[in-house]
Amino acid sequence: MTTTSPLGPASPPTVLDAAAGEEPEAARAVTRARRNRKASSDDGDDRSAVSASDWRRPSVRWTLGPTHWLLLVLLVVWCVGPLLLLAKFAVTPTQDILRTPMAIFPNGIAWSNLSEAWNDVQVSKYFANTIVLAAGAWFSQILVATTGGYLLSVLRPRYARVLQAAVLATLFVPAVVLLVPLYLTVLDTPVFHTSLVNSFWGVWLPAGASAFNVVLVQRFFDNLPREVFEAARVDGAGPYRLFWSIVLPMSKPILGVVSIFAVIASWKDFLWPLLVLRNPDLQPLSVRLPSIEATTDKGVLMAALAISTLIPIVLFLVFQRMFLRGAGLGGAVKG
Amino acid sequence: MTTDDVVLRRRRGTPLTWVQGGGLSALVFALPLLVIFGVFSWLPIVRAVVMSFQKTNLITTSWVGLQNFQNVFADPLLPVATRNTLWFALLALVFGYPIPLVAAVLMREVRRAKGLYSALAYLPVVVPPVVAVLLWKFFYDPRPEGVFNTILGWVGIPPQPWLQSMTMAMPSLVLEATWAAAGGTVIIYLAALTAVPPELYDAAEVDGAGVWRKVWHVLVPQLRGVLFITLILQVIGTAQVFLEPYLFTGGGPANATVTILLLIYRYAFGNSLGGNYGEATALSLLLAVFLAVMSLVYFRLTRRWSTS
Repeated sequence: MTTTSPLGPASPPTVLDAAAGEEPEAARAVTRARRNRKASSDDGDDRSAVSASDWRRPSVRWTLGPTHWLLLVLLVVWCVGPLLLLAKFAVTPTQDILRTPMAIFPNGIAWSNLSEAWNDVQVSKYFANTIVLAAGAWFSQILVATTGGYLLSVLRPRYARVLQAAVLATLFVPAVVLLVPLYLTVLDTPVFHTSLVNSFWGVWLPAGASAFNVVLVQRFFDNLPREVFEAARVDGAGPYRLFWSIVLPMSKPILGVVSIFAVIASWKDFLWPLLVLRNPDLQPLSVRLPSIEATTDKGVLMAALAISTLIPIVLFLVFQRMFLRGAGLGGAVKG
Repeated sequence: MTTDDVVLRRRRGTPLTWVQGGGLSALVFALPLLVIFGVFSWLPIVRAVVMSFQKTNLITTSWVGLQNFQNVFADPLLPVATRNTLWFALLALVFGYPIPLVAAVLMREVRRAKGLYSALAYLPVVVPPVVAVLLWKFFYDPRPEGVFNTILGWVGIPPQPWLQSMTMAMPSLVLEATWAAAGGTVIIYLAALTAVPPELYDAAEVDGAGVWRKVWHVLVPQLRGVLFITLILQVIGTAQVFLEPYLFTGGGPANATVTILLLIYRYAFGNSLGGNYGEATALSLLLAVFLAVMSLVYFRLTRRWSTS
């Protein structure tokens, strides 16, 4: 394919260029988008297929305008509808959920579903487990990605190239292959010969082995101005100080992206915690919900589902831009 | 030259000069990556290859040559699982490929509250998959009072068996999977649409092109690259589908939703007497080879397009 687009002069490196190696198409897309926005800032809006003069034509306005409203309605019904139903079920008496699921509170509201789920079904405990798992997975991913990225991008010892190739190679290995051998590794860890089954470490440590994070952070570090590093070195900063006081503070945008995706991925994870955490007292919500499904009152179950969804939705609403930007990069390469 | 001498001496290096040159601190920074990737990534990858030629009960291990692969191919469920996985992938393409594209093209032209549209579209993606599956499982209640059957009742369609029917089970899984994933595809398309150089529109307008011709002759050709990328990403993703069949139907009814990953899971963890780890890894390797070819194509194409 030949996209012979007249590209302007290269824009300064951005956060998004960081992933250029991973998702060149999408990353390029975003940088170009920025450039476009800048170029067309005179007419006040970025350029798309339907121009301002097109919009003034009645035929365009009377078809596209209503189509957009229709699209909005469809998006609300299709994307938000199921979640609104979930919210309604969470506070509806079980009898009503089973008999008339689409009626709006025919027999009143059952706030008790929520407290029953939180206390009697012990959602509070599984909620805490989920948070502890996410926090640990976040820490191990950040630790490996930042130290690794710093090593490969800034310190660059002679073995860096080999290491980088070995990390990149794992991107091509689909997660399926790792499932069984990783389980056996966790069952009997090399050197120490202890089992990480039924221990949070069994979930935390493997989470750190994310090649995508390392590459993302390394590309970002690559684009940091070297002059600052030199100046710090001249002022007597050693490698540790340079890392902690210069590189990390300059990398907040990429650390934010990695953090958000680490927390959400951990919150969503099901199969791995199911295998490693056999003890119900240690299980996160995602593992616990299916096993309580059959034995729990529908209303209480729906309340539990709603509680599990709350944090990811709040995170999304608060960090919307970061989510959408990350998704625009094609999301993580699912291997 | 004295500086050259210093450099040379440092290159040749004794342990002391290595430490002075920052070798030790570099190793400290390398440690987390080496340990975590070594134990939880590189070692299991090597182990996967080795294990597929072995039989193990966790206490004794013996080499069995190609026996595991032969057993996998002899399993009458393998063709069923392969067919089901392909069926899932095909349905996922039909449901989840064209609609996000149309939605993205329309959303690109929205003039007010653009952010609202993309936020709405992306919302299902952040819902935990387990929650989504359990919620939809309730929606698929086959009784006439079930959520979807109630809605169908409004337009006069009789109640459907959904997950309990061999023919409807798989499309039902795909419908939920599409709900959960389509938002991500929309955002990828939107990013690609924003990237179309504005000069092309100007040129088309000078040539007197209307809205339709701009969409058809400017937008669509510019999207070819990203269309192919999402296609490959989707195939790689759907080939590893596990959560939906595992939680919705457990592979039923009558094996109509057994996928390859579910088969791998059953080999390794489905038997309480001890897993058949050799066969599980053999099958996952076979699937991996197929996926590796797909992702290789993906990486080569993205590289070619990013340099062109």
